[in-house]
Amino acid sequence: MSQVQTGPAQAGPSQSGIPSRGGGTGDTVFKVLTVVAASIILAVLFFVALFLVLNSLPAMTAPAETVSGGRGFWVYVLPLVIGTLISAFIALLFATPVAILVALFISHFAPQRISKGVGYTIDLLAAIPSVVYGAWGMSFFGPALVPLYQWLAKYLGFIPIFGPGVSGLGRSLLTASLVLAVMILPIITSLCREIFVQTPTLHEEAALALGATKWEMILMTVFPFARAGIVSSVMLGLGRALGETMAIALVLSPGPLTANLLDTGNNTIPAEIALNYPEAFGLRQSELIGAGLVLFVLTFLVNMFARWIVGRYSQFSGAN
Amino acid sequence: MSTRIDARNVDVYYGDFHAVEGVSLVMEPRTVTAFIGPSGCGKTTFLRTINRMHEVIPGAYATGEILINDQNIYATGVDPVDVRTMVGMVFQRPNPFPTMSIKDNVLAGYKLNGKKLSASQADDIVEKALRGANLWTEVKDRLGLPGSGLSGGQQQRLCIARAIAVEPDVLLMDEPCSALDPISTLAIEDLIHELKETFTIVIVTHNMQQATRVSDKTGFFNIQGVGLPGHLVEFDTTEKIFSNPRDEATERYVSGQFG
Repeated sequence: MSQVQTGPAQAGPSQSGIPSRGGGTGDTVFKVLTVVAASIILAVLFFVALFLVLNSLPAMTAPAETVSGGRGFWVYVLPLVIGTLISAFIALLFATPVAILVALFISHFAPQRISKGVGYTIDLLAAIPSVVYGAWGMSFFGPALVPLYQWLAKYLGFIPIFGPGVSGLGRSLLTASLVLAVMILPIITSLCREIFVQTPTLHEEAALALGATKWEMILMTVFPFARAGIVSSVMLGLGRALGETMAIALVLSPGPLTANLLDTGNNTIPAEIALNYPEAFGLRQSELIGAGLVLFVLTFLVNMFARWIVGRYSQFSGAN
Repeated sequence: MSTRIDARNVDVYYGDFHAVEGVSLVMEPRTVTAFIGPSGCGKTTFLRTINRMHEVIPGAYATGEILINDQNIYATGVDPVDVRTMVGMVFQRPNPFPTMSIKDNVLAGYKLNGKKLSASQADDIVEKALRGANLWTEVKDRLGLPGSGLSGGQQQRLCIARAIAVEPDVLLMDEPCSALDPISTLAIEDLIHELKETFTIVIVTHNMQQATRVSDKTGFFNIQGVGLPGHLVEFDTTEKIFSNPRDEATERYVSGQFG
């Protein structure tokens, strides 16, 4: 900001005789405002990270037998990381294809009147608070899934993820993941729709004029054009799924790590923190903050990975 | 390959709007037919009815008949997708697929047809099409790079290569040089002269010098007023249209007195 003095801020005619418009002050003020705003973000990030590191150090350095589970912090946190990743992965697995298809329906298939209605409905889904999703998942969706779970356990139970044992109220990791899928669906859908409608007409027509069917046109032009955007929207959905707390805390009946997705058990980092933090103190509190730090790093890595994927194709992105 | 196009009493509508009225004309094989006329007179709209591309716009439809190879492309049961594999198109602005390499752009039409090509077959098709579009020597060392890295004129020739790679009967060109500089325009015009040995070419142009340079026959489209349909005023040899037209409106248009 040392250039400020050299700027045209001085009022009145300058030495050169060119009359000054006197607009330099506004520029300076605006520049300072933007710098301050940007600094606040960095400062907040720094202090949160500092808080997490300082408060989790006791748990990470504590003797193994004093940490929950008795085998040290990392053994304590690993099942939670796995539970978090599995639930987020399942949520993406279900939400991504549905979201892309819904977005395509809105952008390329539905007549205008219908596509607007569907668009609004999707936005409404995003407006439902997560605690409501949690309550719905716990009281309605979970129990409704039980017959399906029993069927899966009976016929596909030889696969470790489908049994043995089914939660009587459907309060399993699979239910929680499916609730997560519904929650991230509107995020991915609305972002994908935004990108799909931006596909240049010129390219769509090029494909159609070559004799492409509508579906082939979408494969040739819409998807390649939207590739980076799809990845970004999925990663945003993943970020939400990784951090989602209330829905998981209400739906899932937590327990130790198990491969069985149909029974109670497993837990995720956010739900573990939310359920235990109010009564935690001392080392237990430090453990939970440590788990939070791990989640923070995990989400950060996911975002880095997404950026890397998006950047890798920039030469063929259509932006040039 | 080259084939005759016979349009009979074609009317085009965009919903309630009557865009083109009663066009009948015959485009002969191995000739270049040019459409000229003021903006909004329906020449591009009519051009797009020859490969049913007007149907991309919701609510657009055409009545009448267009016969290609003596087959009416508007007969019931004819799939527009099949029509478009037979009738290639080049657009106003170069539109190579930005996510594909130069080679993949040329092969794009082939891949749609679902044909399995061996590597050497694919290479032959790419070379033939790019040579046909006078682009081979300029890009042969960078076939794997994105087509969007080429200059505007090269991109347009790549689009022509993409269109002729599938060996259509007809090549439609919608103001193919309007976004190009004079040198690139010349390159495309030279190319049109070569291509007419193989394809029936129909070109829409705003540039009357271009129509005289490239076309054998010229159709002049005009419009009576705003909101009224465009129609074909006169269709004759290019020489006749530009030297001694029958219609007064044509004469005034080609001599630059309006439009």
